[in-house]
Amino acid sequence: MEKLPKDPTVIPQGFTGKASAALGRRVFLRYLGATAAAGVALNACKSEIAEPLATGSARAGEAIDLGDIGSKDVNVLNYAYALEQLEAAFYTHVVMNPYMGMNGYEKAILMDIRDHEIAHRELFKAALGSAAIPGLTPNFSSINFNSRESVLGTARVFEAVGVSAYNGAGKYITTPDYLVLAGKIVSVEARHTAIISEMLHPQTMSFAGDDIVAAASGLGEARMPEEVLALVRPYVQEIINGKNGGHA
Amino acid sequence: MNLQNILNEIEKVDADVFERLDHVSRRHVFHNFLKKAVTGVAPVAFGAILNKAYAQSSTVTDVLNFALTLEYLEAEFYNIGLASPGLITGMEGWNTFQQIAKHENAHVALLKTALGGAAISKPKFDFSAKGAYPDTFSNYKTFMALSQAFEDTGVRAYKGQAANLMSAPDILTVALQIHSVEAMHAAKVRYLGGSRGWIMGAMGMPSAVYAGEDMRVQGGVDVVNLTGLGTEQVTGAFDEPLTKEQVLAIATPFLA
Repeated sequence: MEKLPKDPTVIPQGFTGKASAALGRRVFLRYLGATAAAGVALNACKSEIAEPLATGSARAGEAIDLGDIGSKDVNVLNYAYALEQLEAAFYTHVVMNPYMGMNGYEKAILMDIRDHEIAHRELFKAALGSAAIPGLTPNFSSINFNSRESVLGTARVFEAVGVSAYNGAGKYITTPDYLVLAGKIVSVEARHTAIISEMLHPQTMSFAGDDIVAAASGLGEARMPEEVLALVRPYVQEIINGKNGGHA
Repeated sequence: MNLQNILNEIEKVDADVFERLDHVSRRHVFHNFLKKAVTGVAPVAFGAILNKAYAQSSTVTDVLNFALTLEYLEAEFYNIGLASPGLITGMEGWNTFQQIAKHENAHVALLKTALGGAAISKPKFDFSAKGAYPDTFSNYKTFMALSQAFEDTGVRAYKGQAANLMSAPDILTVALQIHSVEAMHAAKVRYLGGSRGWIMGAMGMPSAVYAGEDMRVQGGVDVVNLTGLGTEQVTGAFDEPLTKEQVLAIATPFLA
């Protein structure tokens, strides 16, 4: 009697599970597909949106190398710091430029999420001190900030990718306190995923939908750093590089 | 043993397995399978990994049995709730609790298979908690309140055990993957009940479920002072762990 919601982000079965060296790209395309279906203007003008909030100390086009993310905790923390910078910049922009029809309750939720991401970003920055990567400059030119569907569709991707990044990188952490700290953050990102999903697809199963939680095992997604970086690279003007742990 | 067959078998159970495995290609998965046990997401693979690699570790077995206890509790709670006529009302409620029940039952199956003969049996539960909640399955508000308490406890319980799984990275990854799903459940159930999806301060019932959630110091840094953000926002930004003892104190009244 299970009824699946009509969810544009659900991937057709035939699209998955095939051997492919281009899987990372395919997953990316799947997300692009998801956001496109959610109304993201993929062909929005190429010119970059002026981002007044960028704390960017790095320069557009500059390469930022996170190194082998499995080799030391500082690399994992910088990886997390990069993702939190992106999320914080995104929600800051969303709150400053509300999409058409954003009501007070939605704004309160998005402001909460913005503040959470700022708290995460600032904590990583403080913890890393002089070891921190530079402030990144976002590139949100593909996002239509006037469109509720575009904004929430992008938010859902950012949150889901963030959760999968923490899930995948947890095993690299060698200091128990850092692992617990990452755990304290990832569950909040998962809470964001659920609530953003609910805003996007109200009253459905999307909050923990079959596109982000495997139905057979009940497991959420886990992604390796290289795949995550490929997904977020289009949203950052610097070129962020990093390797999965265990590279020879 | 034919590894390719095993992979194909897993794929039958979980079509997304190759994407959910944290590797970029089947070849890579295969390579890792040969190198060492890979993080399986299907029960059969996960079980094989545990039995081969970690059967000797009582710490890992204990953590997984602890997790299994909580998953038994959650699964039975939702199974009874969904089978109680007139309890869950509205499409949103059905969609929410069916999806959650599906995951909790899957977690039970996954952990049972992983533990094999070491798995504990399902305890007998008393969802009235010795009479404290006499209308759990007849009053939707009570049911939702307990659902929220169980989900928020589950999130805190897995988080509290993460450090005990550091010696078993593949198991740790699976535990994190469950942990994040419990958090999605918790957020949705909170939202359904009219709350925000996150825990702001140490407010909530039963109070033991939320003890310590008002923490504003993280990694030795007072994040309110660091950022100038509100205390509610800062405490909402971080979920706190619970020890095994704290979790058992919360769960024990629900054991018959």
